[in-house]
Amino acid sequence: MSKSTLKMLAAFGYEVPTIDRGYAGQTLYVNVGSGTITAKPVTEDMKTKFIGGRGFDLWLLWHGVKDGTKWNDPENEVVISSGPCGGTTQYPGSGKSIAAAISPLTDVVIDSNAGGHFGPYLKFAGWDAIEVQGKAERDVVVYINGPGGQVQLWEVPEDCPTDTHVLGHWLLEQFADDEQDKQQLAFVTAGTGSEHTLMGCLNFSLYDRKRQDLRYKQAGRGGIGTVFRHKKIKALVVKGFPVKGNLNHPADLERIVRVGADMQREVATWDPVQNRMRSRGTSYLVQIMDDYDLLPVMNYKFGSHPETPKINGDIWEARYTQGLPDGCWYGCTVACAHAVDNWKVRTGPYKGSCVIVDGPEYETIAGVGSNCGIFEPWAILEMNFYCDTYGIDTISFGTGMAFAMECYEAGILDPEKTCGLELNFGNAEAALEVLHQMGRGEGFGLIFGLGIRKMKTYFIEHFGADPQFVNDIGMEAKGLEYSEYLTKESLAQQGGYGLTNKGPQHDEAWLIFMDQVNNELPTFEDKAEALHYFPMWRTWFGLCGFCKLPWNDVVDPKNKLSSEPQKIMHHVENYRQIFIGVTGQEITYDDIITQSERVYNLQRVFNIRLGHGLRDHDAIPYRSAGPVIEEEYHSREERYDQQLREWLNLDPAAMTVAEKMAAHRQYREDRYEGLIDAVYKRRGWTNNGVPTPEKLQALGIDYPEVVEVVKRHL
Amino acid sequence: MKVLTFNPQRCDGTRACEVTCAETWFKVTDVAKSSIRIQPKEAGFGAQFCIQCGQCIDVCPTNALFQDKQGIVRVRKQLCVGCLSCVGFCPYGVMYFDTAQTLVFKCIACGQCVKACPTQALEIIETDNVSTDLWERKSR
Repeated sequence: MSKSTLKMLAAFGYEVPTIDRGYAGQTLYVNVGSGTITAKPVTEDMKTKFIGGRGFDLWLLWHGVKDGTKWNDPENEVVISSGPCGGTTQYPGSGKSIAAAISPLTDVVIDSNAGGHFGPYLKFAGWDAIEVQGKAERDVVVYINGPGGQVQLWEVPEDCPTDTHVLGHWLLEQFADDEQDKQQLAFVTAGTGSEHTLMGCLNFSLYDRKRQDLRYKQAGRGGIGTVFRHKKIKALVVKGFPVKGNLNHPADLERIVRVGADMQREVATWDPVQNRMRSRGTSYLVQIMDDYDLLPVMNYKFGSHPETPKINGDIWEARYTQGLPDGCWYGCTVACAHAVDNWKVRTGPYKGSCVIVDGPEYETIAGVGSNCGIFEPWAILEMNFYCDTYGIDTISFGTGMAFAMECYEAGILDPEKTCGLELNFGNAEAALEVLHQMGRGEGFGLIFGLGIRKMKTYFIEHFGADPQFVNDIGMEAKGLEYSEYLTKESLAQQGGYGLTNKGPQHDEAWLIFMDQVNNELPTFEDKAEALHYFPMWRTWFGLCGFCKLPWNDVVDPKNKLSSEPQKIMHHVENYRQIFIGVTGQEITYDDIITQSERVYNLQRVFNIRLGHGLRDHDAIPYRSAGPVIEEEYHSREERYDQQLREWLNLDPAAMTVAEKMAAHRQYREDRYEGLIDAVYKRRGWTNNGVPTPEKLQALGIDYPEVVEVVKRHL
Repeated sequence: MKVLTFNPQRCDGTRACEVTCAETWFKVTDVAKSSIRIQPKEAGFGAQFCIQCGQCIDVCPTNALFQDKQGIVRVRKQLCVGCLSCVGFCPYGVMYFDTAQTLVFKCIACGQCVKACPTQALEIIETDNVSTDLWERKSR
């Protein structure tokens, strides 16, 4: 490959600021339509109220769009920020990038995080966030050259590839002058699937020095890749400075080193005898979820399957290349970002190529695997690779495919409607062909690529599907496909998915074990407290640039002796220390929650501003709460019958299955409404889910334009 | 390979080795900058220093650690990103971090401490047996 001729559309020179206590002090605005490139100052108010990362994303997006902005309006933005602690090398999982946009799937704000080098490199190149607006006429690349002090907008030639694994190498060729440069470059890309579907993801690159090749981590959720390609952006490219351990210029590096060294030793000591993330990554969860009847199988009908051992962690441990430091940012020894090297692609346009498959991780294995009744590792690898390079979210694809397969088996779809594909559960070849259709933009892939919510409407309008049936089994909320956990027996996790801002994604709350397995949340109030604390705590990772996994996927057993072991306070203390060490700002545990509440409530108000975000929009499909079809009831009949006796004082022996299911439904739906009441109250929202002006004032985010939005709904 | 070894029976706790190491590599007398650490034990003194086992090399994400032709594990300073992976994963706790330079440091068996030791408790020897036996070499 040789250098292509790129046409410069705009350029902006800047002096790279000294990073001060985790902040560059400015954000970058690029309009790919008009060619406008400017710097915006980061105010003290922004730092105090919104911290960085997702907080900065939301604040910039809030000011960038209008009340009626849709995902495909030019004023919609893709915003990416890491956060003040992002780029710290001394603590595992401190290099996250958080992306946000108005989502084509949900029509509200989506935030999604990824590893890779882009966020930290962007900051070290002088920018706390990048905000991309407008729509280019032809494909463009935004190039942020830190060492050169230039931001450039380039039009790329027609031979510039789109699919990520090819585009990445093309970008290296264009922008790297030598081997050292390769290490300093990081890209954000999407793929051809992002052009033809609403579930496009963003790929965040990292140059793997051991493999001497590019790897990618995905900000998968909510279709940000679709927005990206709609704007005709091929890539965001940043050239950073050589990474060192103090590029954040933290206030107190000694403090960071102290907790960092302790944590590295904790990982070294306990990971080998706990989850073995360093050898299995998140794939260890597959068997555990199956054992607890929580693994989604066949569109969440079932929670386990006899063939799960074919795709569990042991299988992936044997497939992942072992012995490499697979962190997605420097210093992450939890190292869950494993890969299968030299995978010979079996299908599609890249058949015969040898590629690196980044993953598969738990969500992908469960999503495109068990949830679709597919228990063949080769098929999971193939779908993982193609989803990534096409720029398609594996979770939305997997959950969407599970829905389509159930619709096929229920007779809603047939080969005539699927362009000849027999989409039975377990048909990996058919699922892969849908994926390739999404890449090509043709056939059933186009309908499928709309996501479950729009598929449901399409099936009702065009195929005569029973609305209640597809609404019950279509596992989406707010328009976003569920991530991969079965929630029927955990009311708290039904709320953990339903009462989110962005839609059902487990990064906000994962309470199944506390609730269902350990029974630590017996009352509505207990669940509401957990649905306040944990979403706020987990939000905070995304404000600072942290990954959640080192918080609770490897833990010194002494934690069990603490007063609140589920909070893992000795790790919370580590994070508090790092935040103080980087920013110099003393904070308490309560401050952490308050910092998150500001951002969380702003996001809620943002959703309301965009015409959603109220109680109606927190509804969940019934399958996430209980059995929709008799086959499901029978699969857990003993448990369900016992619940009828214990919860409702009914005699199941005197009832038909239909009557028993109806009784369950009434009870479970009422219970979810009761949970909503309790959670809204705890969060300081009205019974319609609106943050009150008093709450906004207490948080210090009672800006006139914010209060104006909620006033319309009081 | 040539590695450092310590004879506890000869050590009198003068700790000249620690000071010499810090002076040699950091131009300071602060023994926190020493790659050899002497600790009092119930009877006499013990020493800890890198035994050149090389287990840290795979943990490093940037290829900053490597074994030189003589088998000594060394740090390529320009590649070290100060991530503490090797510090946390060293099975013997003998990889250290210099906050001022944000770089790791370790014993490379340079032998300066051997010269400084007034009791000949330290010695550079030729061996392929890299184990903590090197911390407890017996008198011949």
